[in-house]
Amino acid sequence: MEPRALGPPGLLALGVLGSLLALGAQAQLAAAGPEPALWPLPRAVQMSPRLLQLAPANFSIGHGPNSTAGPSCSLLQEAFRRYNEYIFGSYKMHQDLAKFQVGTQLQQLLVTIILESECNSFPSMSSDESYTLTVREPVASLKANKVWGALRGLETFSQLIYQDSYGTFTINEANIIDSPRFPHRGILIDTSRHYLPVKNILKTLDAMAFNKFNVLHWHIVDDQSFPYQSITFPELSNKGSYTLSHVYTPNDVSKVIEYARLRGIRVIPEFDTPGHTQSWGKGQKDLLTPCYKGQKQADSVGPINPMLNTTYTFLTMFFKEISKVFPDQLIHLGGDEVEFDCWASNPNIQNFMKKKGFGQDFTKLESFYVQKLLDIIASMNKGSIVWQEVFDNNNELQPGTIIQVWKLERYASELSQVTASGFPAILSAPWYLDLISYGEDWRKYYLVEPLNFQGSDKQKKLVLGGEACLWGEYVDATNLTPRLWPRASAVGERLWSDKTVRDLLGAYDRLSRHRCRMLRRGISAQPLFVGFCD
Amino acid sequence: MAGGALGLRLLLLAALCGVAAALWPWPRSVQGSPRRYCLGPAAFAFRHHAGSAAQPGCDVLDAAFARYRRLLFGAGPWPPPSLSGQHHESKDMLVVTVATAECNEFPTLESLENYTLTIDDDQCLLTADTIWGALRGLETFSQLVWTSAEGTPLDVMAYNKLNVFHWHLVDDPSFPYDSITFPELARKGSYNPVTHIYTAQDVKEIIEYARLRGIRVLAEFDTPGHTLSWGPGIPGLLTPCYSGSRPSGDFGPVNPILNSTYEFMSLFFLEISSVFPDFYLHLGGDEVDFTCWKSNPDIQAFMKKRGFDDFRQLESFYIQMLLDIISAYNKGYVVWQEVFDNKVKVRPDTIVQVWREEKPVTYMQEVELVTKAGFRALLSAPWYLNRITYGPDWKAMYNVEPLDFEGSPEQKALVIGGEACMWGEWVDSTNLVPRLWPRGGAVAERLWSSNLTTDLDFAYKRLSHFRCELLRRGVQAEPIGVGYCEQEFEET
Repeated sequence: MEPRALGPPGLLALGVLGSLLALGAQAQLAAAGPEPALWPLPRAVQMSPRLLQLAPANFSIGHGPNSTAGPSCSLLQEAFRRYNEYIFGSYKMHQDLAKFQVGTQLQQLLVTIILESECNSFPSMSSDESYTLTVREPVASLKANKVWGALRGLETFSQLIYQDSYGTFTINEANIIDSPRFPHRGILIDTSRHYLPVKNILKTLDAMAFNKFNVLHWHIVDDQSFPYQSITFPELSNKGSYTLSHVYTPNDVSKVIEYARLRGIRVIPEFDTPGHTQSWGKGQKDLLTPCYKGQKQADSVGPINPMLNTTYTFLTMFFKEISKVFPDQLIHLGGDEVEFDCWASNPNIQNFMKKKGFGQDFTKLESFYVQKLLDIIASMNKGSIVWQEVFDNNNELQPGTIIQVWKLERYASELSQVTASGFPAILSAPWYLDLISYGEDWRKYYLVEPLNFQGSDKQKKLVLGGEACLWGEYVDATNLTPRLWPRASAVGERLWSDKTVRDLLGAYDRLSRHRCRMLRRGISAQPLFVGFCD
Repeated sequence: MAGGALGLRLLLLAALCGVAAALWPWPRSVQGSPRRYCLGPAAFAFRHHAGSAAQPGCDVLDAAFARYRRLLFGAGPWPPPSLSGQHHESKDMLVVTVATAECNEFPTLESLENYTLTIDDDQCLLTADTIWGALRGLETFSQLVWTSAEGTPLDVMAYNKLNVFHWHLVDDPSFPYDSITFPELARKGSYNPVTHIYTAQDVKEIIEYARLRGIRVLAEFDTPGHTLSWGPGIPGLLTPCYSGSRPSGDFGPVNPILNSTYEFMSLFFLEISSVFPDFYLHLGGDEVDFTCWKSNPDIQAFMKKRGFDDFRQLESFYIQMLLDIISAYNKGYVVWQEVFDNKVKVRPDTIVQVWREEKPVTYMQEVELVTKAGFRALLSAPWYLNRITYGPDWKAMYNVEPLDFEGSPEQKALVIGGEACMWGEWVDSTNLVPRLWPRGGAVAERLWSSNLTTDLDFAYKRLSHFRCELLRRGVQAEPIGVGYCEQEFEET
């Protein structure tokens, strides 16, 4: 797996962790063989030079005796099986290496959940993902308050194991204490510009778990197509999808949600309105605003028609379904890039504006619409995320509304304003991975510091995290995976690891090997630079 | 892709007015008619015309018939045709006739690839001067049929009527070519001498695979620069760099002052010229860094002895020696433009590949200069597909006109084509295919079709359609805009 690349041994990057590191151990460790390429880097890592061997036939992952979770926790059972496979892969089948073992062995990893396990729950913004991992002969111990931390710890454990030059599975004795820096670490996928087969979405969830991402932001519909099959309004996808095979059935959606849950990943659906809704119009009559050319109605339609009661009746019923189908506490309501031309052309809208005293200020009309929508969502006991325009164009906004900052220009000052107004924020602006360029652009994603803006500590605490966005204009199943990985991994570490973890040389070394690991696990992650994987 | 699912009657469109106008690259001349015909997999066959120079046993055509049959109908089995609901007359065969049959030969730079395809009530006929033209015509025929699928890069090249696979086999980072004469090259110079090499058998298979598709394999062994990976296998080949009065431990380009260098090159290229059947070899010659040569006292002494005051003279000295070696093996050669720019004396039949966009002059001016000096030119500068940007960058590549320079008709005739280049710094098997296709298709059409075929809207429609056709044939070709294909790519 070694890319034949430059740079010092990866472990030097751990130097930032200072005191916890047994500094004296490093030299010995480097000499002992390939060090683990941990990604994202845990909060505190203490590595011992003492090596333990793992024999595939004589190693197991199981529940600790004091764990609140046991074999009935299928989330953990599934995870144990998955990680056993990631660690040993096809080697397991080959032969019983146990016979050849001479050194000290690690026989078991015991996973202990300390508090109420949340085994059958869905993860949320407040889910506890912290864990501690202690690797000692003969039994390693992974402790977490909740299953969510256990999932993260299993990933770290799997990253500690490597094969030495004789092919023996090896691990260093170690102590790791870890928890994420931000609670919201997301990937945005866009299934409207291009339809992504469910298989491709599941693969993305696997790769997300390898990088400790915990939110799939599913931008499911947009102007171009409406692949979400609604139970209440089946015509939306019947008429608005590219073809009848380019749809997500209720079964597809629940499959994605459960697959994500088992990996500790939340699924936040986005139904972007009132703009970006051309595809809604095909299956829902009168929902969109008719545009006018002079006195006459033109053939075209614009954003959702904000002045009709039928609009809000529809939205209430529609979001009632959405709030049930998607278990997450949050729904993304979009609200970006609303074009006012069509509204401005429509005489009925003009009258409505006059009546409401909005003058010529269409942001007020937009605001009117958004307020009503936010109230509908609040009445369903759900929280809302919106794109930054909703904040920019609104004087008053329901408190607690989460603002996603996406415009690259002056994003730090936007963060500063959003949080100064007391709203929680999610950062995406510097992480639009669909905007490709030649060379090593992961470095620039990596070096972003989300809290590098003017503001009080209280403001900084309002930054919940960020998302790497892969918009779909030029992306479908043919190129999604190599375009997303390992570029998104850079964002993954920025959102998980400590602020001080930003040494590019060490990151390059670890990330090159992490990408080879992803390859081995079936993710076609593209190369960082010249080099190779085994 | 079972044929059965398709109801087994494919429609052959003689008509190009319809939605199926997804021909790529666009043929020189297309005449449409509204007539449509059915093709039934059980009955349909490709046949040699009784008067054709090629008859059964001509492996290139026999293999192509089998390949295109599979592309059109899948692997079978096919149920007997049902006659109900048949609205179109059927065609049971495509008759192929060629004037000469070079069935066991390799395609060359001079190979004729023209063909004529006639489909009407009376006939369904493909005529071509050569089997290579027949291959191109078969691809066009398959694109006329509404319909499955092979996806290696060479297959996709054939779908795009590209005919040269320029294989930049070795470079600084690794030497995967497993030489028979110098096995240490790959043993010490490859990333992994077991898994990351191309054995003689691999190379042979690739060459034959290409030949059956009318594709030449042009091997590049770039020297004297870009050769770091050659060093570990051949001690003494590379120039030791100096730091002050001592060797620094680093190495530079091939050492041009030693006889042993030329002895090695003679033996190495003797092998290469027999392994690769194409008349041409690519000898590289780009980006030679002079700093190491400058630092080395032996090189300095050699320069003095020879009366060289410029390192380009030393480079020239090396290249000329190399060209003489290659010439003695009866091979022609292609070099990167620096060889020309640095005024290396080369033989008049040298082909110069223009790759630099701006320097020392714009690429079109460079083509002008190269052809003015009487050399043949290959254009790559505007077609570096590894350089990615956001959005539909294929358009700019499509808009390039290779003959858009000041020059005589004789000069223009010296431009023998171009190449789309996919350098590998950031490319491996994880992202090669979607990065190459359909963007490479834009270059393919520019090099095949008439210079008048430049309408971007028309191209966008056909290329979108062609990319869906590629998906159906199993090729992971990426989208060029929003939309969908009936059959999307699914990861395995």
